[in-house]
Amino acid sequence: MKKIVDIGKKILIANEEYALKNSQFLAEQKKLCLNMISSPGSGKTTILVRTITELKDKIKIGVIEGDIQTDLDAKRIKATEAPAIQIETGGSCHLSAAQVSNALENLLISTLDLIFIENVGNLVCPSAFELGEWGKIAVLSVAEGDDKPAKYPAIFAKSKVLLINKIDLLEAGTQVDFDIERAKADASKLNKDIAIFPVSARTGKGMAEWYNWLEESVKNIRG
Amino acid sequence: MHETMVAESLLKTISAESTKQNAKPVSAKISCGMLNTVNDEIIRFAFDAIAKGTPCEGMKLEIEHKPIQGKCRNCSETFEFEICRPKCPKCESEQFDLLPDAPLILEEIEFETE
Ligand SMILES: Nc1nc2c(ncn2[C@@H]2O[C@H](COP(=O)(O)OP(=O)(O)OP(=O)(O)O)[C@@H](O)[C@H]2O)c(=O)[nH]1
Ligand SMILES: [Mg+2]
Ligand SMILES: [Zn+2]
Repeated sequence: MKKIVDIGKKILIANEEYALKNSQFLAEQKKLCLNMISSPGSGKTTILVRTITELKDKIKIGVIEGDIQTDLDAKRIKATEAPAIQIETGGSCHLSAAQVSNALENLLISTLDLIFIENVGNLVCPSAFELGEWGKIAVLSVAEGDDKPAKYPAIFAKSKVLLINKIDLLEAGTQVDFDIERAKADASKLNKDIAIFPVSARTGKGMAEWYNWLEESVKNIRG
Repeated sequence: MHETMVAESLLKTISAESTKQNAKPVSAKISCGMLNTVNDEIIRFAFDAIAKGTPCEGMKLEIEHKPIQGKCRNCSETFEFEICRPKCPKCESEQFDLLPDAPLILEEIEFETE
């Protein structure tokens, strides 16, 4: 004989509970928290280092760094004198909300305006795990190809901002054929409200619009 | 490789229910949205591996992927979004929002009873 039992239970409920706790904590503290997601090497840490340095007098930034191994990225952030906490996931392809909850307790939140979470370099898995952030920032570098929004829709559908990085490579006459308009159009089809900024974290080109967006968002959260 | 984590969470819930029902589980139905990044084969493989030697050994997992829903800003129609045809099927407007993706859910478990 067979018997069917209805369950109807969310499988990742444990992560969701931590994410909710984190977002409530951040809302009470009125701190902006952004979860940065991209493939390995698209330039997340380079963007953060430049952003922290150039906004030093306007926004106090702290960073939670997620990597499978090493604390190299946290060291690069600390070199700017911004506080950083490294999470080594030891093989896991994404950060979990529990890990972020722990890190938030160890950052001096009251001294900060904005907390960036640099997720593990992976365009797929991190988008399935809410961390309690206010918004996601997708980074796509021109070397990766303009078809990525169409091929990996999840992260582009869920992000508030898309940073198209390394645009200096397009101008340098290198053999990179990335159609910025195509990437923009595809991302906008998935997400009408996504803000798209083509930037070069190396030369600084285009970063001013990104900084404006950050300053506006910090202001809105502060209320 | 978060399929391992999904498999562990499944095994825990199914084992607990199995004890409660005092019966051997034979299959389970899972559902998730299309934007949910889980791979069927990897989940089954991971589940088989950790279920060895438990009452869940040999269980079948049935995985349903639910389509992404779009909602038109022009005529309010709700429709199944297709990436190759990003338009409202009713009024052809390209102004629409994607609704939140369905979460990963353990829908039901089938048990064998005496
Ligand atoms: N030409 C060019 N190179 C860049 C730019 N931004 C980053 N890079 C280079 O790209 C490489 C990877 O940059 P990272 O900032 O480490 O990238 P990441 O996304 O943090 O990498 P992971 O944390 O390993 O995923 C480095 O060699 C950077 O110098 C850019 O705007 N232009
Ligand atoms: Mg990095
Ligand atoms: Zn319509």
